[in-house]
Amino acid sequence: MIVADKKPIEEIIEDIKDHQKILVLGCNECVTVCEAGGKKEVGILASALRMYFLNQGKEKKIDERTLERQCDHEYLEEIRNDIDQYDAVVSIACGVGVQFTAEKYLAMPVYPGVNTCFMGATEERGLWTERCQGCGQCILSRTGGICPVSRCAKRVMNGPCGGSTKGMCEINKELLCAWQLIVERLKALDRFAEYEELSPIKDWSTDRAGGPRKVVREDVQS
Amino acid sequence: MKTNTPSRLEKVLAAGQMAVTSECGPPRGSDPDAITKKAELIKDHVDAINITDNQTSVTRMCSLAACIRIKLMGLDPVLQMVTRDRNRIALQSDILGAASYDIANILCLSGDHQSFGDCAQGQNVHDLDSMQLVQTARHMRDEGKFLGGDDIKRPPQMFVGAAANPFADPFEIRVPRLAKKIKAGAEFIQTQCIYNLDKFEEWMKLTRDRGLHEQVYILAGMTPMKSAGMAKYMKNRVPGMDVPDELVKRLSDTPKEKQAEEGIKICIEDIQRLKEVEGVSGFHVMAIEWEEMVPEIVEAAGLYPRPTV
Repeated sequence: MIVADKKPIEEIIEDIKDHQKILVLGCNECVTVCEAGGKKEVGILASALRMYFLNQGKEKKIDERTLERQCDHEYLEEIRNDIDQYDAVVSIACGVGVQFTAEKYLAMPVYPGVNTCFMGATEERGLWTERCQGCGQCILSRTGGICPVSRCAKRVMNGPCGGSTKGMCEINKELLCAWQLIVERLKALDRFAEYEELSPIKDWSTDRAGGPRKVVREDVQS
Repeated sequence: MKTNTPSRLEKVLAAGQMAVTSECGPPRGSDPDAITKKAELIKDHVDAINITDNQTSVTRMCSLAACIRIKLMGLDPVLQMVTRDRNRIALQSDILGAASYDIANILCLSGDHQSFGDCAQGQNVHDLDSMQLVQTARHMRDEGKFLGGDDIKRPPQMFVGAAANPFADPFEIRVPRLAKKIKAGAEFIQTQCIYNLDKFEEWMKLTRDRGLHEQVYILAGMTPMKSAGMAKYMKNRVPGMDVPDELVKRLSDTPKEKQAEEGIKICIEDIQRLKEVEGVSGFHVMAIEWEEMVPEIVEAAGLYPRPTV
C-alpha cells in the first residue's frame, strides 16, 4: 500500500487559515490502513481544527467526508454536487488523491493533510516499512525476493557495500542491510551460487528518471 | 607479466615488485598548494597517489582536478570515483577528462552515504554501483566504446581498481564478492584499513584457495593510529571497521605523548607481517592528514627505495 504519515497540524492551519468553509476529505484505501487518512483520522483532524479556530475566536465551517477512493473518477464525482459549499479542501489521501481531487475541481484549493512516504507494508500496528519504489523493471526474481532498489540506502545492485555491520546498514544501526537479507534468502533457497552473477547495469528509464510514467493496457480499455 | 596501460602502478606490480600507494585528501577549498604540498611529502616513497573523492561525503575540491595537479607534477595519481554523486554520463565524461591528462589509474567506489557528510539533505545518484563502474571503465578502455555503444576517439587507458573490505558482514560473502569484482574487471584491489591481521590472513587464505590472488593485485590497506582515541573511534564509529580490543589496549596502555609513535610502530610491524602473506602484492598506506609519516613507515617497513620502472 501507499504509506502516509500525518502532517503537523500547524502546517495545515497555516494553509487554511484564510478559508472559512473547509471540507476534510479522507480516503478508505491505503491511508486508512496506515491510519493516516481514513474516516477516523478525518474526524480527529476536523475536531482538532475546529477546536483550534474556536480558541482563536474564529468560527469556521469544517465538514468531514471520506470517499471510497480519491484516485478514481467515479468516487470523486460523489462530491461534485456538494463541493461548491466549501472554499477549500484538506485531502488526507495520499499525494495521488490530493492531485486527482485538485485536477477534478479546478477552481477549488486542495491542500495536503498528510505526507505521502512510500509503498510499504504493516510490520506491526504503528510500524510501516518501505518495500517498493516502483522502478518499473522488477528484479526481485534475481534477488531472492528482497528489493535492493527500495531497501538498500545506495540502491546497490551488486551489494552489500563495505559499510554493513552485523547485518545492519551503515546509515542506521536499526536498518537491516538489504544485501545481508538477500544473501540469507539465496542461501535458504539453495541459490547462493547465484550471488556471484553480476547484476547488469540497470535501465532506469522506467524509473523516475524517465519522466512521469503511465501504464496503458489496451486489452482492458473499453 | 604484461601491462595493459601506461600506469606506473601497474608496471611496478607487473614487475613482481611490492607496490606502495598512499592517498591525499583534497582540501575544503581551492588552494592548489594544499594538494601539491601533501604530494611532495610522499612522492619519493610511493608508486602512485590516490586522490579521494569527497570522502565521508564532505564536500571538497574534486578528485579529478586534484589528480591533474598531481599528474602535472610528473606523478601517477589514482582517480577515486564514487557512484554516489554522478550518473553514467558524468562518470564517463570525467573518465575521459582524466584520460585527456593521461591519468592512468581509477579506483571505483560506491562512496559513503551522504548522511555522514555536510550535505545530508542532498540526493544521491547511484545510477551505477561500484562494480558496474569497474565494468564501465574496462568497457571504455578495452572496447573503446561508450556504454551507449558509440566509439570513443582515443579511449582512456586506465588501470582499473576496486576496494575490498575483508571485514564487513557477512564474512562468508567477502571472498565471493572479491571474485565478483574480478569478474567485473577489477585489476587491482585496495583493501579497507587492516587492524585485525588474523582475520585478514584468513580472508587471504580463502582468496588463495580460489586462486583469486593470481587474477588481481591485492594492496593491503594500512592506516597508522594517531592515538588511543582514534582507535576507539575507528572501532565504534566507522562503518565496516574491525579494530581488535588488544590494539586499543596497547595504545591505551601507552602514555599519551607516545601513542602516535606507538601507532606508527604498530603499522610498521603489521606491514612486515603482511609482506610475508602470499597474494599480498603491496600496501596502500592511508595516513589520514598525517602524510608526513608515510616516508618513515615505508622506509622502516623495508619498502624503500621504490623501484624505477
